[in-house]
Amino acid sequence: MDKNKSINQSANKNESQSENQSRYIGVNEWKRHGFQALWALVTNSYLLGFIQGKIYKGRLKNLCVPGLNCYSCPGAVGACPIGAIQAVVGSWNFKIAFYAAGFLVFIGALMGRFVCGFLCPFGLIQDLLHKIPFPKKLQTFRGDKALRKLKYMILAVFVILLPMFVVDILGQGAPYFCKFICPAGTLEGGLPLVLLNKSMRGAIGWLYAWKNAVLLATIFLSILIYRPFCKYICPLGAVYSVFNPISVFRYRVDKESCVDCGVCAKVCKMQVNPVEHANHPECIRCGACKKACPVNAIR
Amino acid sequence: MSRVFRSRRIGILLMAAGLILMGFGIHRGEMAVVFGKAVNICMECIGIG
Repeated sequence: MDKNKSINQSANKNESQSENQSRYIGVNEWKRHGFQALWALVTNSYLLGFIQGKIYKGRLKNLCVPGLNCYSCPGAVGACPIGAIQAVVGSWNFKIAFYAAGFLVFIGALMGRFVCGFLCPFGLIQDLLHKIPFPKKLQTFRGDKALRKLKYMILAVFVILLPMFVVDILGQGAPYFCKFICPAGTLEGGLPLVLLNKSMRGAIGWLYAWKNAVLLATIFLSILIYRPFCKYICPLGAVYSVFNPISVFRYRVDKESCVDCGVCAKVCKMQVNPVEHANHPECIRCGACKKACPVNAIR
Repeated sequence: MSRVFRSRRIGILLMAAGLILMGFGIHRGEMAVVFGKAVNICMECIGIG
């Protein structure tokens, strides 16, 4: 008798769960996008660069920005931390990048992947691309979980090991991640500079074609999958993900208030279940779960 | 309050470690390398070099 009662209760709970899910599934993200756009504008505020086809050369470029923002973007006023690591690791006199690594440790320990959700211009671009309607959007697929480990391999191989060990006769390594992978560099730097500079147009070759192919693939996949670059490729996301569970600012789930409705997991586009792991390495802290929670259990 | 602080202790310690690393990197002149790279168009980054 008791067993039947508990089954009935469970069925009622499931019904109310699906009701909640359908009610809260659409989370308004435009406020966050507004913040992302404002930050992108602040870190790319050298607007003259977009007119003249030149890049900013002022002292602010000594400083790194927290997100993936190519320093060859005409508007960029800061340095990309991934580019900075490769520049130092690949230089002939330094082989360990204390400055850029320290910056990433500081930012990561402060806010983890909040940077991905709010302070990365390339994240914003992917967010907006994913809003383009497509007949079949992919939430997850076979091998999705394993593929997410790829970003750690890219960080180790293309950002650290190759620039450190594959060097020219002067002992200088190329920024291999920027050179062969980074679509942000093509979009933010390559396209505008080539469009605005006649001399550069004459210098394009197979590498430019390859990088544009990578960019096009990223654009197409971003329409299909939510933030594919952040999930599978981004070495910056890989660094910040390590700090997600221990960062100063992080999510907390009030287990007493939580009604186990599952809405938070349903709205998460990074396929994280905040109740199981509130600060999962894949969480980009976009705040969708927090907004969707019917009992405000996520803080 | 102290519980909140304790739970955040690792993060705060790592932030301090990050600042020390940054300071050490600046002290040994890494910032000049970053600056030198950032103020010149990175041909590899844009797909030309």
